[in-house]
Amino acid sequence: MSDILNARGLQVGYDNRVISEDVSFDVTAGSYTAIIGPNACGKSTLLRAIARILPTSAGSVLLDGKDISQMRTKHLAQRMGMLPQSSIAPDGIRVADLVARGRHPHQRMFERWSAHDEEAVIQALDATGTTDLSGRLVDELSGGQRQRVWLAMVLAQETPLLLLDEPTTFLDIAHQYGLLELFRRLRDQLGRTIVVVLHDLNQAARYADQLIVMKDGDIVASGPPADVITADLIEDVYGLPCRVVPDPEMSTPVIVPLASLHGRLHVS
Amino acid sequence: MLVGAGLALFAAVLLLIALGMGTYPLSPGEVIGTLLGTGLDQARLLVVGWRLPRAVFALACGTALAVSGAIFQSLTRNPLGSPDIIGFSSGSYTGAIVMMLGFGSTRYLDVAAASLLGGCITAAAVYLLATRRGAVQSFRLIIMGIGVAALLSSLNSALMLFVDVDTAMLAAVWSAGSLNGLGYEQLWPMLVLLLVMLLALRMILPGVGQLELGDDGARATGVRANATRAGAVVLGVALTALVTAAAGPISFVALAAPQIARRLTRSAGLSLVPAALGGAVVLLASDVLAQKLGFPVGVVTASLGGAYLVWLLAAEFRKRRTL
Repeated sequence: MSDILNARGLQVGYDNRVISEDVSFDVTAGSYTAIIGPNACGKSTLLRAIARILPTSAGSVLLDGKDISQMRTKHLAQRMGMLPQSSIAPDGIRVADLVARGRHPHQRMFERWSAHDEEAVIQALDATGTTDLSGRLVDELSGGQRQRVWLAMVLAQETPLLLLDEPTTFLDIAHQYGLLELFRRLRDQLGRTIVVVLHDLNQAARYADQLIVMKDGDIVASGPPADVITADLIEDVYGLPCRVVPDPEMSTPVIVPLASLHGRLHVS
Repeated sequence: MLVGAGLALFAAVLLLIALGMGTYPLSPGEVIGTLLGTGLDQARLLVVGWRLPRAVFALACGTALAVSGAIFQSLTRNPLGSPDIIGFSSGSYTGAIVMMLGFGSTRYLDVAAASLLGGCITAAAVYLLATRRGAVQSFRLIIMGIGVAALLSSLNSALMLFVDVDTAMLAAVWSAGSLNGLGYEQLWPMLVLLLVMLLALRMILPGVGQLELGDDGARATGVRANATRAGAVVLGVALTALVTAAAGPISFVALAAPQIARRLTRSAGLSLVPAALGGAVVLLASDVLAQKLGFPVGVVTASLGGAYLVWLLAAEFRKRRTL
């Protein structure tokens, strides 16, 4: 399999504060990659830099071998879709209209809404199970429904690569798994490459075929979950003493914190 | 579509009334006859020479104000974020007074350029004041804008004190916002500039709509967020400046018309055609009323719009409390 994305020596930060000094990694086309790490370790910052939402001060991001800093904004948005944490639904917008906003990178000036645009929206609604909601107001939806609608918007963008920034936050556990399953279906059935920032390590280990583990802005480990997740790594990265056992259902690694954590947690 | 056609029809009816109104009243039939060239020469001078430019001015100013309001309400994601509330109109007005009183020019293009400059400086100042850690917060922008507007209106009053009484009176009359005495020599440059601006706006419009998703959301869908926003702000200010330069500050049309259009079409987001038609209808109707009452049109829109603003503030705060 070839790589869809290569990050080479990325340096990113806000204003004058550098968050990541020198980050490199690759994402295989058709993979399900999860980026994990403690709060404020730079996961979202990295994702925003890859999507060119945040400017990088050094290094490059290659998409299909092409440097994204050289690509036109619309062209980039045709190849790479991103669900940011901070999306805002316009007041009083309906589901189908919001999903249609995902077609923006494909529309040319003075060009009408095409049959293909319509089809992409219908498919995106269908893939996320939101067809029945299409006439509803986004403000009236539950958290789980709303997140699927946002995902539909990004899907309508018809990009081979999807970047998702903590999409499961604020959802109850069943909706979290529903979404993670949905990403897998998008990968298996539509051939999309998924790169997702997740908080829950067990979910990441269960669904992803590649993990990228970050700490203090750097990547400290990457690879298949079974190889990457060890008790030592988790203690080192999160400061949580734990055992790693196989998931009884999936045999993927599961983190179980030790019985006595008193005085042994290294969190600041 | 239906709403648009209805508004256009309403505008046409208002136009017939406006053209028939005055010291020598004409029936709608006579007005149509005159426009088609079958009326008397005297009626022709009255309708085409004097009343038509004023009525077209009302339609054009209404369009410009409403579109400007729609842009800023979309950028701030708040119905209060219109240029007359957040100080941009006051800034254009300051620019215009400085040109009229300081440089002694009342030529339309001079005043328009000064209005544009004043509006842009104000917009830049308000955006700068509202920026925190590289991001503009919309509620902060509105509060800052209201503050800057208050500051500017006292500056505008102060400017009047520095000139002689006659000049100050002239500026004071103009400051109420009136379409009195406007003719073709101001109408043509205004219409041409309006058309150019609307075309330029049409080019960046989809991107402006995407900004409603937040900056990250807009960038993720292929929009250059900062450039698009800057373009929209400049065009929005320019549209207000066009009106200010010709007719003085006419408030509340930018505030109310886009919201009226939104309620009528039940659509979300930025839709310019209904807003423009709504603005054209509101301002022409206000001008017809203003002529009947003998007030400047700015007084009529301010009275009607003031009531609307009170209602809007009440509704906004009710909404905030339930959140």
